[in-house]
Amino acid sequence: MILKLTVPIHVKYFAGIRDRMGRADDDIDADGLKTVADVWARVAGDEPLPRTVRVAVNLEYADLKHQVKDGDEIAFLPPVTGGCDAG
Amino acid sequence: MRVEVRHGEFNPWEELQRHQQASLLPNGRHGAIASFVGTMRDFNEGDSVQAMVLEHYPGMTEKYLGEISAEAKKRWDILDTLILHRVGELQPGDPIVLVAVWSAHRAAAFEACRYLIEELKSRAPFWKKESLQEHSRWVQHNTPAASNRGGR
Repeated sequence: MILKLTVPIHVKYFAGIRDRMGRADDDIDADGLKTVADVWARVAGDEPLPRTVRVAVNLEYADLKHQVKDGDEIAFLPPVTGGCDAG
Repeated sequence: MRVEVRHGEFNPWEELQRHQQASLLPNGRHGAIASFVGTMRDFNEGDSVQAMVLEHYPGMTEKYLGEISAEAKKRWDILDTLILHRVGELQPGDPIVLVAVWSAHRAAAFEACRYLIEELKSRAPFWKKESLQEHSRWVQHNTPAASNRGGR
């Protein structure tokens, strides 16, 4: 018997997305997941990803077709609002 | 080149001076320092804002700010850069961000400083949550740069 060791994919949610998910992060098994879009479907079920949300893979912006693998850190980021004036 | 995300208040003018004293730039090399300081307003979209909490994505923020600093150094003939951004709870009037660029000539300093603040605002992973009279809300979008509105 071959024991398969996997490192989970770490998924992070920020700001409004975190409020919506009701949690800050998840660790999920990479089995059966090919892309970032698959990761979203696994964590959010039927809920579509809001169009304004951006994705980062291992601290770099990426798109939904980006391939994922064991140990990746995937983040879902609402529109950013840093810098000066609040609006 | 320095990038820092700071929890708690900072005085941008002291930070500028401190950075310049600590930097290894020999005196006389730079002929221009352009700086930008962003502060918190007490109004947004017609509402009075009492306070604000700024959060960020630790790790990605510093990495991204380091990348745009390196990119600025590639694009313009500049000597040094400093980006300092605050996170946590803020009150109206508090400085939020300081961007400064040292160069031999003013054009490069102004342009690189403008580039850094615009890139920071459009892509650095920071989020603002405003406290209003009755409730709080995540800010949904940033104000566009004046040049995007056609004004100069």
